[in-house]
Amino acid sequence: MESNFKPIKSYNLNKDTLLKMYFIMTKIRDFENAITDVYSRGLMNGLAHLYIGEEAIASGVCSNLTSQDYAVSTHRGHGHLIAQGADLKKMMAEVLGRKTGYCKGKGGSMHIMDISKGILGANGIVGAGIPMATGAAYSAKYRGTDQVVVSFFGDGASNQGTFHESINMAAAWKLPVVYVCENNFFGISVDIRKVTGNPNIADRAFGYGIPGVAVDGNDVLEVYRVTHTAFVRARKGEGPTLIECKTYRQKGHHAGDPGTAYRLEEEKKAWMKRDPIKTFKERLIKEEIINKKEIENLEKESRKLIEEAVQFAENSSFPEPEEAYQDLFYEKEGVKER
Amino acid sequence: MTKKITYAQAICEAIDEEMARDKNVLILGEDVGVLGGNFKTAMGLQEKYGDLRVKDTPISENSFLGMSLGMALTGLRPIVEIMFSDFLLLAADQLLNQIAKIRYMSGGQVKVPLTVRTTIGAGRSSAAQHSQSLHAIMCHIPGLKVVIPSSAAEAKGLLKTAIREDNPVVFIEHKMEYNQLYEIPEGEYTIPLGKANVLREGSDITVIATSNLALKAVKAADELAKEGIEIEVIDPRTLIPLDRDTLIASVKKTGKVLIADEGYERCNIAAEIVMDLMPDIFYDLDNPPERLCLPNFPLPFSPALEFPLIPDQQKLYKKIKKIFEG
Repeated sequence: MESNFKPIKSYNLNKDTLLKMYFIMTKIRDFENAITDVYSRGLMNGLAHLYIGEEAIASGVCSNLTSQDYAVSTHRGHGHLIAQGADLKKMMAEVLGRKTGYCKGKGGSMHIMDISKGILGANGIVGAGIPMATGAAYSAKYRGTDQVVVSFFGDGASNQGTFHESINMAAAWKLPVVYVCENNFFGISVDIRKVTGNPNIADRAFGYGIPGVAVDGNDVLEVYRVTHTAFVRARKGEGPTLIECKTYRQKGHHAGDPGTAYRLEEEKKAWMKRDPIKTFKERLIKEEIINKKEIENLEKESRKLIEEAVQFAENSSFPEPEEAYQDLFYEKEGVKER
Repeated sequence: MTKKITYAQAICEAIDEEMARDKNVLILGEDVGVLGGNFKTAMGLQEKYGDLRVKDTPISENSFLGMSLGMALTGLRPIVEIMFSDFLLLAADQLLNQIAKIRYMSGGQVKVPLTVRTTIGAGRSSAAQHSQSLHAIMCHIPGLKVVIPSSAAEAKGLLKTAIREDNPVVFIEHKMEYNQLYEIPEGEYTIPLGKANVLREGSDITVIATSNLALKAVKAADELAKEGIEIEVIDPRTLIPLDRDTLIASVKKTGKVLIADEGYERCNIAAEIVMDLMPDIFYDLDNPPERLCLPNFPLPFSPALEFPLIPDQQKLYKKIKKIFEG
């Protein structure tokens, strides 16, 4: 995909909004780099799927939302959570399996949730969050609020049954949900273009009778613009939109996977040139929206926040073994389940 | 005061009363709206509460069950009807990986007030994919409560409690009961989860029987009483949580136990109940524990083949008789 950026000024966004978008992206990148670091230092167990290269999507989408809205994430979820305002310290502590983490060490990277901010959870099963998001949208309609829901998922999930079943219901009932497919081309090692008749996921919207839009997922402003239209439509009760953000997973499937066995070197190079953070920064400076000094301060602030998060996590204690036996059922006082 | 209604009407009354009581209660599933439920368990509800609260869904079990989780996390109290427990397998991911686990995975951040109603039971010549009793699978996965009522009165009181419960409940209805008439109490009542019901007292053997086998066990007991064998029949009502105390006390008294359940024999809930009770009953047993379940074969279509497999009053009678004849 060619770089073909429109002038920032044409988007009519104020400086504050633009900087917030950039700041979200740097926080995500720094967080993910920190994960790579804690992983290589042997501090992290299990899996963490990195969002590096896809930051523009979470930032562009969630800049349309408030904490009254709902976001449903995926196994590659850190970016969505950060963009929706999750606490970095609690996130990192969860990734390191500590008691102070979002899930008290019970979920790990793949199950971080912050119900207080409408983040209904990352998910370890590909495509499994799509029905949940659709149900939250039904709930918003039922309760008569103007809340909207974003359902994030990848190209892999677009071939799960839940994609079809859920979008069909949302379309039938005009539910306030925006389906955001992050098409990074790979499900672990399998190239979507090799296992899908028409790899343009947005085309499927036609079959459901809803709008479908493909967008450059590495251009935060395009992502913002396209999803903005979709959320306005959703809030007006006009139903769902399917948005396909074409992007690229710069790293392997998860921290520790080199991800080299299955990519085309040329393609990777092209996408690396179009890194969403690098290109947005260049545009911000070139169009004199921000000077170099200001942007460096933002970057410094971002790194500091992440360093503090890592420190907080490392200094936190692990849960006690008996905590493994807690939190299965909600228990009213005095009622004990076996 | 009692009144005579069918099991299906009792279910419908429970849903109706809970919907009237709490505006956040809604029901969704295949054919629950215009038709009033494939088994007539939602008759008139859509007319009364409207299309948004009584929602006909497309045939997408995994996703509409998954949607109910999104509803439960955002302030609603959904009831989902899955027409046959056989169809729950289509929704296995949402039920067993998502709904059952989300509270635990999130470190207890959320409550999941959600009731999944489904049906079990053979005997309608519905063959191998519409006749299974798969509740043992739901019991295997931590995080679900599993309720399995016997009569209509039990079904109504337990369903009302299930709907008010702040944890996910799988509610197991027996499809051969829907058209049966029962005496049920007038007015509103609930039955707590985790309390077994001693349907008949007896001193010679404890029969723990699930769903409508509990009622069949009472009939078998009346027959056997004429031959001098006094059976204690217990309906556990809920499998998760299980009322161990009531079951243990009974087996300690009788020294014998038979568990009857319509699920397949292999990995049946009977095996779990026996192992669960064993540390407390081992030295009180006169006989090895026994079970009466469905043989390990798919349900065949022809009644000539189907009925010989299904546990019933006659098979209970024979099984118990054999225990006493040695």
